[in-house]
Amino acid sequence: MSDRRTLQIKQISAHPGPIPGEGVQRDLEVCKLVDTTTCIGCKACEVACVEWNDMPFTPTTFDNTYQTMPETAWSFWNLIKFNEHQREDGTIQWLMRKDQCMHCADPGCLRACPADGAIVQYSNGIVDFNQENCIGCEFCVSGCPFNIPKFNPTTKKVYKCTLCSDRVGQGLEPACIKACPTGCLKFGSKDDMKFIAEERAQQLREHFGYANAGVYDPASIGGTHVIYVLHDATRPELYGGLPKDPQIPWSYTVWKWLAKPVLGTLALFGLLGVCLHYVTVGPRKSQPEPPPRKER
Amino acid sequence: MTNGWIDIKNTDMMLIMGGNPAENHPCGFKWPIEAKLNRNAKMIVVDPRLTRTAAIADLYLQIRAGADIAFLGGLINYAIQNNRIAHDYLVNFTNAAFLIKEGFKLPEDGLYSGFDSEKKTYDKATWNYEEGGDLTGKAVAAMAAAGAAAHKAHTSDTGGGQGHQAASRMGAKGSAGTPPPPMLPPKVAYDLSLHHPRCVFQLLKQQYSRYTPEMVERITGIPQDQFLKAADMFTSIRKDGDMKQVATIIYAVGWTQHSFGTQIIRTAAMLQLLLGNVGRAGGGVNALRGHSNIQGATDMAGIFEILPGYLKMPTPADTDFAAYLKRITPTASKPTQWDSFNYWSNTPKFAVSFLKAMYGPAATKQNDWAFHYLPKIDRNYSWVNIWNDMYEGKVKGLFAFGMNGVMIGPDSQKNIDALKKADWLVVCEIYPDETSEFWKAPGISPDEMKKIATTVYRLPGAGFAEKDGTFVNSARWLQWKNVALPPPGQAKVDQEILATIFLKVRGLYQKEGGKFPDPILNLSWAYTDRKNPSLSEVAKEINGKALADITDPKTNQTYKAGQQLPGFAALKDDGTTMSGNWLYCGSWTEAGAMIQRRGTEDPSGLGVYPNWAWSWPMNRRVMYNRASCDLDGKPWDDSRPQVWWDEAKQSWVGNDVPDFKPDSNPKDHMGPFIMNPEGVGRLFVPLGAMADGPFPEYYEPIESPIANPLHPNQNNNPVVKKYKTDMDKYGSVDQGYNVICTTYRLTEHYHYWTKNNPMNVQLVPEPFVEIPVELADKLTVRGGDKIKVTSARSTYIAKAMVTRRIRPMKIDGKDTFQIGIPIHWGFRGIAEDEDKTAKTLANQLTPTVIDPNAFTPEFKGFLVKVEKA
Repeated sequence: MSDRRTLQIKQISAHPGPIPGEGVQRDLEVCKLVDTTTCIGCKACEVACVEWNDMPFTPTTFDNTYQTMPETAWSFWNLIKFNEHQREDGTIQWLMRKDQCMHCADPGCLRACPADGAIVQYSNGIVDFNQENCIGCEFCVSGCPFNIPKFNPTTKKVYKCTLCSDRVGQGLEPACIKACPTGCLKFGSKDDMKFIAEERAQQLREHFGYANAGVYDPASIGGTHVIYVLHDATRPELYGGLPKDPQIPWSYTVWKWLAKPVLGTLALFGLLGVCLHYVTVGPRKSQPEPPPRKER
Repeated sequence: MTNGWIDIKNTDMMLIMGGNPAENHPCGFKWPIEAKLNRNAKMIVVDPRLTRTAAIADLYLQIRAGADIAFLGGLINYAIQNNRIAHDYLVNFTNAAFLIKEGFKLPEDGLYSGFDSEKKTYDKATWNYEEGGDLTGKAVAAMAAAGAAAHKAHTSDTGGGQGHQAASRMGAKGSAGTPPPPMLPPKVAYDLSLHHPRCVFQLLKQQYSRYTPEMVERITGIPQDQFLKAADMFTSIRKDGDMKQVATIIYAVGWTQHSFGTQIIRTAAMLQLLLGNVGRAGGGVNALRGHSNIQGATDMAGIFEILPGYLKMPTPADTDFAAYLKRITPTASKPTQWDSFNYWSNTPKFAVSFLKAMYGPAATKQNDWAFHYLPKIDRNYSWVNIWNDMYEGKVKGLFAFGMNGVMIGPDSQKNIDALKKADWLVVCEIYPDETSEFWKAPGISPDEMKKIATTVYRLPGAGFAEKDGTFVNSARWLQWKNVALPPPGQAKVDQEILATIFLKVRGLYQKEGGKFPDPILNLSWAYTDRKNPSLSEVAKEINGKALADITDPKTNQTYKAGQQLPGFAALKDDGTTMSGNWLYCGSWTEAGAMIQRRGTEDPSGLGVYPNWAWSWPMNRRVMYNRASCDLDGKPWDDSRPQVWWDEAKQSWVGNDVPDFKPDSNPKDHMGPFIMNPEGVGRLFVPLGAMADGPFPEYYEPIESPIANPLHPNQNNNPVVKKYKTDMDKYGSVDQGYNVICTTYRLTEHYHYWTKNNPMNVQLVPEPFVEIPVELADKLTVRGGDKIKVTSARSTYIAKAMVTRRIRPMKIDGKDTFQIGIPIHWGFRGIAEDEDKTAKTLANQLTPTVIDPNAFTPEFKGFLVKVEKA
């Protein structure tokens, strides 16, 4: 399913002019499905991610939780978030959600990025960072509604989950998927994953008493290429602060859809003015020599 | 496991208790999830903590650590009271209808009949079947007289204690003049109507009628409404007597590590027999083994009391081979018109073939097949006893291969102090561990260190990926693995180290002689590379081969001398065959290494995978699978057909290998539990098979916060052994130890190894203690603060994990806290070496007390006090 053709570039950050090859391929969109109702928090995905991406070890400290660290890090892209939720009847629900880049259809990071080619979105949906083009401005960090991109102060670049674009490009599943022992992680086309997720949510509603079970694929950012099955889809924030209605900060919307074109237009007007000036006034004439400075 | 990992996907209902498979068996846990996804199977988890397994359960109940028998006994009572039992299965496939001897007494006061309070053992003469015939429908007349008898204690049987017990486990010093041990009667009296007051079913019903929901709540701390919800859910599979659905019970060391651990598992087995779940796909009683090859270690007799293949170890009372065989070979005991395969009647074939594998040509008929070369066990040499003996100066040296004895405990300080007294210690490891560096344990001053005279030899072992061989998994599969990397540096594979030591010792015996050199000199060591035997050669030897040309009289097939044997049915007791372990016979045949097979086809869809590796016995994936059929040999559930009787072929056939006599017509009523002399499943265990009772009874852990609500005067298991050195201390609530503590492992770490691996340390960097929010509030402790946990033995210091996943409980009306400690940290490791931990050991806290049947220490459910550190 996934082959080289799916790694066709679809958008390029801050890139003027046409996108090379745009519209040539509109192949399968890929998707990662995380079924939180069958995740056992074993952290195999965390280990697989660190190993596949050859990341250095991050020193951690005990923090009153089973969670490896409070948030993802520049060297730790895949983190299971553990949350104890007390239900209304007093019983405890222990929720585990694998947190990583959601690979949004409308990526806030990409919108925010001012560096040409630092962030690309492939036609298969993967949003990838090209560190060689990253200028370390961290606009993507504030542009992300999921708090995913992380800055490395040593390299002065930003890093995040690539959905294993290097593996997917070769027709393999992402490393986390391969490592998952229970099958709560699945990988395939967005349509297939959506179908499986909806079926599972229906099963949870009909047979296991989770009346609000559902699929997390937020429309506010055009959907994501990582989707969740949740026991209670009406309260995603219980799962380690998954935003119910993720939004890209308005300033970046303004930047991309308003400021960039408007300022561009203004710049065009400036150019037009120059031309007009040339036509009406003519080329720049040689200026008279300034009078020599008087000696004291 | 009676079944297997993959088979769990066939279930409709799971009870997971005394185990935490999501955390400790994450790869296998895919199968419970498959059952949920594909069959809408329900999962009930009962555990002292809300674990990662409980997190995906459909119903989770928090139980007091150690109260499992009360909970399971309550389920048995519920199933009987609500008639949610498998009637036909019960009558025909279990000993429910068998009559028990007059004089047998149930433990209403906490003691069964025959207790000797001085020796703390039972005379089990009354724990036996009554001899006789069919009493079906004749109970009414007997009712009046026998009913009274069953209720009355028979003091005449309890006083003497002179009776020699049938299978008194150890130390049965045989002497001339002792009466012969009681045997099972060949013809058992029975009442198929199950009405006779002395039939097993009526006794069972009476025994567990005391385990009411109220009693379950008092003992376990599980509120009645929750218990009833779980009971209703679990037994719902037998609603209206329908036999189609199946439930499984899954457990691990949360059940075994108690002073009554074996009896907890018995209770589960009885519940499964009552519901007709044993032998069926998606059913069974399933022990999850905690190491990759612990099943193999058990099968190959890594325990003092058995030989490979669960043959019993000789004792000094076995004066010759015939006496030994007579003691360990059972004879059939059953209703006259029923049949019993009594497979253990083949014991002599297994024993002789084993001795031929051990001693080769030196084992002859004339010298009793070298039976006298085998050590005779004169007493209990189990784990805790070894350390106790070392502490008492009786054991002078120890080989520690593939285990970290100091960390394992119990009462690790006692083990450290014991090693101080040893002359020598040999440790074969891949890391410097706490055992090989016991002399550096915290609390040992430089002066004391100088005085420790134990010589420690460290051998460089190879890691699991650096050696080939087999792993035997929980599902009894022997799976061959290849070498991934050669051992680094001077490290050597185990067999090379062992062979080097053996050949050196044998050389010394050859040169210098000795008290009894024969077993060493005559040990069969016919390997191509004697200094480093290849494990494939060893595996072939364990399978066994023909030593002369033999012909199977049934199949007329001939095996030439030197040929690998196809299975244990070919084994002989005349010295013409050899096999290192009869159970593994069939694993490496003339057709090749069955254990190396990798066939992924599963024609039945039941997850049998008959061509993947090889499982004992004879590649059967579900044991006792004849019980998956009704009396006529038709599957109880035709959507999950495992085996069935083929009338045309006059044979048992199926998707799995029938675990049965293939040509036994169902009309002959042969029992499906072919390893029992009765042929049926044992609800009641007769004679000496269990040390502490033919039915499980609830006893409190050695350290418990309350008096046993069933019989306050008999609090603990009456036959349990406490140790008597100055180190062996046991705490009580009066001494201030008022919090229940349990110990366990985490997904992120593997025992005491991975604290040396940066990746694992990154995931969980430090030791911690899980405590309830309410206890933390009382102590004014917040998450991450250091706390001090103290038992009667020692102190453990670590950071507190304050959680709502362990709630305060009401135990017999008393507010009680439970806490939990992961066991992984010691005084050697990444965090330890960086001085990030207090370097205390979880097992410094645990008591030296063992289960009387399996001799497992009580690592779960002891008492501590908790303070701010």
